[in-house]
Amino acid sequence: MPKTEFSPSIDSRPTYAGLVSQGAAPAIMVADEAGAQALSDLAASDASVMDHAHVVLVGCGASALGDVTPTALHEAPDFDAATPLVTQLLNTARMGTQIYLAGSEGLIGHVSALAFAAGMPVDEIQMEHRGSIARRMQCVHCKGITEDVTTDPFTCAHCGLTLFVRDHFSRRLGVFQGVCVDAETPGVVPEVVEIQA
Amino acid sequence: MKKLCLKVAAVEQLSPLVKRFRFEDPTGASLPVFSGGAHLTVEMPEGDMIRRNSYSLISDPYDGSGYEIAVRREDKGRGGSLYMHTKVAEGDEITVSVPSNLFQLDLRARKHVLIGGGIGITPFLSQLRQLDMEQKPYELHYAARSREEAAGIRLLPQAAHIHVHISEEGARMDLGAILDGQPLGTHVYTCGPDGLISAVADQTARLGWPKTSVHSEAFTAPPPGEPFDVVVKSSGKTVHVKADQSLLEALEAAKVEIDYSCRGGACGRCHTKVTACDGRILHNDHWLSDDERAAQQDIMPCMSRFKGTRLELDL
Ligand code: FES
Repeated sequence: MPKTEFSPSIDSRPTYAGLVSQGAAPAIMVADEAGAQALSDLAASDASVMDHAHVVLVGCGASALGDVTPTALHEAPDFDAATPLVTQLLNTARMGTQIYLAGSEGLIGHVSALAFAAGMPVDEIQMEHRGSIARRMQCVHCKGITEDVTTDPFTCAHCGLTLFVRDHFSRRLGVFQGVCVDAETPGVVPEVVEIQA
Repeated sequence: MKKLCLKVAAVEQLSPLVKRFRFEDPTGASLPVFSGGAHLTVEMPEGDMIRRNSYSLISDPYDGSGYEIAVRREDKGRGGSLYMHTKVAEGDEITVSVPSNLFQLDLRARKHVLIGGGIGITPFLSQLRQLDMEQKPYELHYAARSREEAAGIRLLPQAAHIHVHISEEGARMDLGAILDGQPLGTHVYTCGPDGLISAVADQTARLGWPKTSVHSEAFTAPPPGEPFDVVVKSSGKTVHVKADQSLLEALEAAKVEIDYSCRGGACGRCHTKVTACDGRILHNDHWLSDDERAAQQDIMPCMSRFKGTRLELDL
């Protein structure tokens, strides 16, 4: 699956320029199954990028990487399992470590927020979107986070409100904001549509 | 710019070239607190003109009982530091600006590395109090030629994370060793000679540090130079800039309204458009881009001078 091109939006909406090798610097790479292909493409563009790379694959096995061999490879079934591992890699990383994230907006949002908390400026994180355009949404009312949102509006998994999918993105939390769509006119909910890129 | 009329409460010789000054409110009132790295501008009336120099505050940012600065005597400068050294005594009245800060700590950092060269130690003296107060991890490196020159030593606490490098004693500062291996989320701050600032910039670039994690402040007073004339467009008036006067000071003496803050070419406040330029602007600021400098349509009067036949400013 190729890199996703998103339509232009407000400044808050993250854009993902695509992965560009920063050479043989120490690196932390996190990808899901679709994103693993972006890591393979990255290694194909410059094999040295894997020389000091720790790769964390979320929800897929090493085969997703093809014949790419980083310094260390970790597999985690989901975000919850990957979080302590990624956090530990970030906390022991030194300045100059490069961060490469590839896959869904949920994955990129989740891990970029961890990296931001570890002191990495968001602008310096390499990101490439591949695969599902499902979003990681925070309900601005109950603050609960709903993963894998593909429709607009959607139902908050925590408080049950019907939420409008905004392009307004929190870099600190790595989530898009969902706002109650029928607050003024309870029950009057616009037609549900698929989220577009 | 808001001004404060204060009393010189103490003057102390810290080293052969550096004096510490303490200013307090004459009525004992509390002064506005500031943040680490802030500076203030001191007014020095001399004859029919007022010289204004900016100095980093070295006292505790949270202590409103007084402001302290350290001034190094520059015998080749335009006289601002000589004025402080020879004309200012305990009990005098002195007019200063309220503090402002162009060299703040980025408190999102997980660790701070402070690097001061020579008198460039001054902004860190207030920053480290803020870092202690906020309990943020930091290390400070202070480089000086000799122990006698290192006026800051007496103002620094003794602690394992405070390192003094005296080159005369063979303990040169090794930037590679300091910067390599710092944890992710570190920010570095440098104050001192241009050579030190660019050495840190080069080293961090080599190590792949994000640019936004690298901060610096060049402590600059306007350099003296050859006298020149400048024309004020709105009035057509010609203002003469003397050798030991900055363009900003000359305009102020001629009662031309012009905004300023740092007076060191760093804040951008005095940015002025050039409407005619037959000659060469000697840009001494840290504000304009290389393209802007080359175009000669902008000038920072607090620092820059001119050599040529005609300079007209949009004032
Ligand atoms: S007064 Fe700050 S740049 Fe001139």
